[in-house]
Amino acid sequence: MPRPGFVLEVDRSTPPTLMWHGEGFRLERLPVGARVVYAPEPVDALDDPDGAIRRALLNPIGDSAPLPALLRPGMRLTIAFDDISLPLPPMRAPDVRQRVIETVLDLAAEAGVDDVVLVAALALHRRMTEAELRHALGDRVYDAFAPNGLLRQHDAEDPDNLVHLGLTDHGEDVELNRRAAESDLLVYVNINLVAMDGGHKSVATGLASYRSLRHHHNVRTMQHSRSFMDQHHSELHSANWRMGRLIAASGIKVFQIETTLNTDTFPPSFAFLQKREWEWTVRDRASFLAVSTALERTPPRVGRSIFHSIKAPHAMTSVQAGEVEAVHALTTEHVYRQQLVEVSGQTDVLTMGLPYICPYNVNSVMNPILVMCLGLGYFFNLYRGRPLVREGGVLIMSHPTPWEFHPVHHPSYIDFFEQVLAETTDPLEIEAKYEESFATDPWYRHLYRTTYAYHGVHPFYMWYWGAHALQHLGQVIVVGGDVRAVRRLGFKPASTLRDALEMAEDVVGRDPSITHLHNPPLLMADVT
Amino acid sequence: MKALLFERSVPRIAAARVAGAITPGLGSRWGALRLVETDEPALPGPGWERVRPLLSGICGSDLSTVDGHASRWFEPVVSFPFTPGHEVVGLTDDGARVVIEPVLGCAARGIEPPCAACAAGDVGRCANIAFGHLAPGLQTGYCTDTGGGWGGALVAHRSQLHAVPDALSDDAAVMVEPTACAVHGALAAGDVSGAVVAVLGAGTLGLCTAAALRRLSLPGQLIIGAKYPEQRALARELGATVVAEPGEIRRAVRRATRSLVIDDRLAGGADVVIDCVGTAESLAEALAVVRPRGRVVLVGMPGHVSVDLTPLWQREVQLGGAYAYGAEASVGRRTFDLAMELVHDAGLHRLVSARYPLERYVDAIGHAAAAGRRGGVKIAFDQRRPARSAHRGGAPRATGRPDAPAPATD
Repeated sequence: MPRPGFVLEVDRSTPPTLMWHGEGFRLERLPVGARVVYAPEPVDALDDPDGAIRRALLNPIGDSAPLPALLRPGMRLTIAFDDISLPLPPMRAPDVRQRVIETVLDLAAEAGVDDVVLVAALALHRRMTEAELRHALGDRVYDAFAPNGLLRQHDAEDPDNLVHLGLTDHGEDVELNRRAAESDLLVYVNINLVAMDGGHKSVATGLASYRSLRHHHNVRTMQHSRSFMDQHHSELHSANWRMGRLIAASGIKVFQIETTLNTDTFPPSFAFLQKREWEWTVRDRASFLAVSTALERTPPRVGRSIFHSIKAPHAMTSVQAGEVEAVHALTTEHVYRQQLVEVSGQTDVLTMGLPYICPYNVNSVMNPILVMCLGLGYFFNLYRGRPLVREGGVLIMSHPTPWEFHPVHHPSYIDFFEQVLAETTDPLEIEAKYEESFATDPWYRHLYRTTYAYHGVHPFYMWYWGAHALQHLGQVIVVGGDVRAVRRLGFKPASTLRDALEMAEDVVGRDPSITHLHNPPLLMADVT
Repeated sequence: MKALLFERSVPRIAAARVAGAITPGLGSRWGALRLVETDEPALPGPGWERVRPLLSGICGSDLSTVDGHASRWFEPVVSFPFTPGHEVVGLTDDGARVVIEPVLGCAARGIEPPCAACAAGDVGRCANIAFGHLAPGLQTGYCTDTGGGWGGALVAHRSQLHAVPDALSDDAAVMVEPTACAVHGALAAGDVSGAVVAVLGAGTLGLCTAAALRRLSLPGQLIIGAKYPEQRALARELGATVVAEPGEIRRAVRRATRSLVIDDRLAGGADVVIDCVGTAESLAEALAVVRPRGRVVLVGMPGHVSVDLTPLWQREVQLGGAYAYGAEASVGRRTFDLAMELVHDAGLHRLVSARYPLERYVDAIGHAAAAGRRGGVKIAFDQRRPARSAHRGGAPRATGRPDAPAPATD
């Protein structure tokens, strides 16, 4: 029986706390009285994932017929699936998408469906490489579809392959992938790693265009999502739901398949990462020393390659299929079961170690904008109720924050960092002054469509993701980061955690309450 | 009087070249420049006046000369020994405060009738700079007969003198000559209203060019490449719409023009690029970021450069120089008059960062050679008496920014 998450109060006997620091770690001794929030242990995996998938497809939830009843010869079937941004790190083969899609294809074949197209739901993310597609779908699916042009990647800038469905009652454009919209059935295969994923967001975001996305990927939405991980208080969620209902009303039949994974995130050689420090065995200590020593002697580029080669032993904990909203309600329960930790009260200072990976740098570089997005976007928003840190409080993040960008994946990020952030870090000003020019820049559009680049507007979304935190926090301090890069972000650099805590006292006063968000694995704080 | 004298000594110029290659400006210690006690220059004839410099700036061409890097092109149009210094505000014997337009054209040389350029007021293009009753010398500060601003007195023809209005401080007045170069460069770019203009370099010339473009030409976007934080701040203050570090210029231009990219080159580019650096690298960069049939204007003195001109040929780029000043046909006014107004309107006095007495010429030239890195822009020699210095020069300042530390001034 996995143990639930809990909150530790640091005392004199508490061993140093392990923190991520990009492609490395820091062991930090937190002040006596500080709290450390630990995630629940990974919940048990399904014994028979393939059987569970088949059962889910045959026994859908909500107002939906079983999948075989929706399949017939001569129909157009489109299977869309989540892209490289999920899960993190990429999971060991077979990927859950492969399991689900193979089962769907088996049922389609049994029903005599021969017009089937697979679509990677990229939204404005970069295209996936062949190796990444093979990993997600398996060689059998890839070889059956890709050579015939039946494995496609959504292109949000292809006017010929987009269709405008109309406006929501809030005046939001809904523009979708034409093949998906004009199919008799759209099957969406999702991986729900955090509470923000899935539901109507899968189709309304993953298969949409910039014209559509701009209605909810903006500063106002983010500042009115408290948090965007909590669907009942998320304007991001509400906008996607409005769009999803318009999609349904326009006659597009969506059969949603959602899966959840446990938080078994790293292989045995990195098992110490997920353990509570006082429970480290001799073997864990030896592993930590070996890994740390090796990393210190390894060039950063090599260290990055090593980390990005890690495949997570994630295991499927649930699968549900059918009508979107009913499916997602159940999925969210499973996510909460794995990730929620009750925390009593807010803190003056929140500390966190940031890892080498976030949804947008798989097989890539964690550039400074992504550091901001991971810390102030994702981790800050992993709460329900109230933010872990009080309004006006201080967020301390540990990450090397190198002034480094992947030139192929993140070309517009470089300009955003060098030009936009050099002028202002205010999300509203950035949005008003610069977004459109980046979003419509023909060069970024060309790179997004033909290479492996994120869309020109993507760095803006990363910045908006942290807009709520920027509005809420009194200060952000980065420990051990590149000083110039940290300052360009508008944050304060600190050499050590102790220095950072002293700097924080200038903002929140002496003897502040301190809470550390321990990761991995991921957790979501239920702050009362 | 005391004066800095530059002599034609091959060994010393060679030593300066070596020293300057190690540390820019170090040619002043080991080279052909030395502080001497000498007679004041004689008045060459009627129409000439003695001018006692108050402030005299140190410019990039001076530094090239001192460090032995100046192009041999100038040898026939320079006479030795000479006292450098052509950015000058000074007092005439009757107490009038003047700035000097240093080109020694036909009028100064007593040549009648004047050449076509001088007849049109465009003295910068004078065809007779090595002739007439003066020794060769394209400008005051390169002519053995006239003296220069880095000495206690010089002589100037009345045609070279421009009265300084009371509204201009000495700091402002010493900026008039470099600003005139910038005005000429900006106007040489042609009609750039609404266009994308990139300025490479944010030293004195780059910053003054930015100011001139912003006030005289109204480009749609003005991108300036600036290496140091103080330069970047000043560039913004003077009207740049985008300020980029030198390595970021290409991306900045690409974004401003929404250009596609071929390999690492822009498919499109800026309408006009003004190169205020004058190195092989800056010229190559200018050719890389200018659009097909765009224009590159060299304002910075280039010297010997090696650069691939294929893009100039294939993209039909116009490459032109912009030297000195004279009459600006496009606006029907003299460059110095425009510069005088611009210095006042744009507050260019703020670019004077530090002033040194002649005796500390090694420090002064070293400072000028490292001005950007040390947070400064224009370094000048100060030959004012203390009371006048306090009254006219304004408080010592590094960059014109209120939070900048005050530099050493003596």
